[in-house]
Amino acid sequence: MIELPTLGWQSIVIFVVFAVSLLIATYCTYAERVIAAFLQDRVGPDRAGPYGLAQPLADAVKMFTKEEFFPGGANKALFVFGPCLAMITALMSSAVIPFGNNISFGNNAFFLQGIEVNIGMLWVFGVVSLGVYGVMIGGWASNNKFSLLGAIRAASQNISYELAMGLSLIAVLMISGTLSLREITLQQSAPGEWAMWNIVRQPLGFIIFLVCAFAETNRTPFDLPECETELVGGYHTEYSSMKLGLYLFSEYVNIFVVSAVMSVLYFGGFNFPFQYELRDWLASSQGWELASAQNLITALGTLGLFAKIFAFIFFFMWIRWTLPRFRYDQLMRLGWTILIPLAVINILITGGLITFGVIK
Amino acid sequence: MSPLFLFLSFVALLSALGVVFAKNPIHSVLFLILTFFSLSGHYLLLNAQFLAAVNIIVYAGAIMVLFLFVIMFLNLNIDTEPHKPALAKIAAAIAGGSLFLIMIVALRDIQLPAVNGATFDSQIGMVDKLGLVLFTTYKLPFELASILLLVAMVGAVMLGKRETGERHF
Repeated sequence: MIELPTLGWQSIVIFVVFAVSLLIATYCTYAERVIAAFLQDRVGPDRAGPYGLAQPLADAVKMFTKEEFFPGGANKALFVFGPCLAMITALMSSAVIPFGNNISFGNNAFFLQGIEVNIGMLWVFGVVSLGVYGVMIGGWASNNKFSLLGAIRAASQNISYELAMGLSLIAVLMISGTLSLREITLQQSAPGEWAMWNIVRQPLGFIIFLVCAFAETNRTPFDLPECETELVGGYHTEYSSMKLGLYLFSEYVNIFVVSAVMSVLYFGGFNFPFQYELRDWLASSQGWELASAQNLITALGTLGLFAKIFAFIFFFMWIRWTLPRFRYDQLMRLGWTILIPLAVINILITGGLITFGVIK
Repeated sequence: MSPLFLFLSFVALLSALGVVFAKNPIHSVLFLILTFFSLSGHYLLLNAQFLAAVNIIVYAGAIMVLFLFVIMFLNLNIDTEPHKPALAKIAAAIAGGSLFLIMIVALRDIQLPAVNGATFDSQIGMVDKLGLVLFTTYKLPFELASILLLVAMVGAVMLGKRETGERHF
């Protein structure tokens, strides 16, 4: 008798999360150009559709219809596999992110989260660390010096910044005592003290995590793997058509996921100020049922989480059009001799504060 | 045996064979990563979530990236591979074969202790249980290992520090 694991409503949630990440990534390409235009005092894309809103569709059609090109001497299988892997690893990590609290219909409660595991944080960290394979394989399989250099830069950059990122996560782990992202979110919402988001308790850890997030997603000022002044196009020099599209797209999915992780770990996830007061007010003086009031809070919380995510995405783009690119040795020096010692000091400070009962 | 276990075992064995038989070292590394993934799947089937995640982070995420990194740097190809003499091949086959034989002989008569389903703790592989064991029963070895890792980390940071007179720009 073959027994396959059944997922039920969770598979629907995963499908929705998948679709939403792709949709947000699509419009990130549009947002990037609009924000760039705004910051540089230009008009930006405004031809396709009202306010240029159909621009991502036009870009997709262009990507799909371009010529597919395989460079001579390339390893064909791995050349195709590289962008696929980049996209798969980018999409995998959003499965454990809690996008909302529970919604109940009658007696059935649904969690707006793909999979609730008690290793959620480790899952995200593991999948992020796999993201570099897509870049490495693609860069190596292109049989091009610039691609290979870009791939090697990506690998060393990601390994270096993963260390500081992991150490800054350990400090969060110390105050939360759990690896489950849902638990971490719920801990940041004790009734009456909404201000105790983790950012208040972990300001230094958040800054370290933010810098590492920029490096892990290969965004400016750390986009050295695709540094066009030195490496033509970096690891995707030889790529064309939708294979290039997948690489560019996976970068935006990564930004979305990393923004969601930062919102959950440091900015209270789906919690928002005065949520319990609002729920109790609705239930007591407005004659709502407690369950439907809770459902409204959940919906508002999900909107709030997406607002936080969009704020982070805007921040990523703002930085891109504001700061120049680092030099490669500066990047490495920042990672190894500044961020890692800082992250260790942050762990020591957190441990001290916990020992003396300042934070718990 | 669940079909998931059979599938994971199939993938693990096939990719492990791929590591040995692949001509291209990059393909070998990629097969090894696939092997680690199927092993992590086995850990999940055993309800050892922490071990599964750490296996992916440490082996697939960090160590294999370094492997791939070094192999890409060295640019190993079939035509740059040094020719191995037949004697070395025979010696390697005999050594590997006898190790395989010893393993089979040693594991043939092994009897797994019976597990009592009523008293078995299915949460034994979870993070908090593992942490309790590490910080109570195995406190000293755990702390010694962590000091070793800390020293390694400090050493890496010291290697990266700029020495006096190094800067020319």
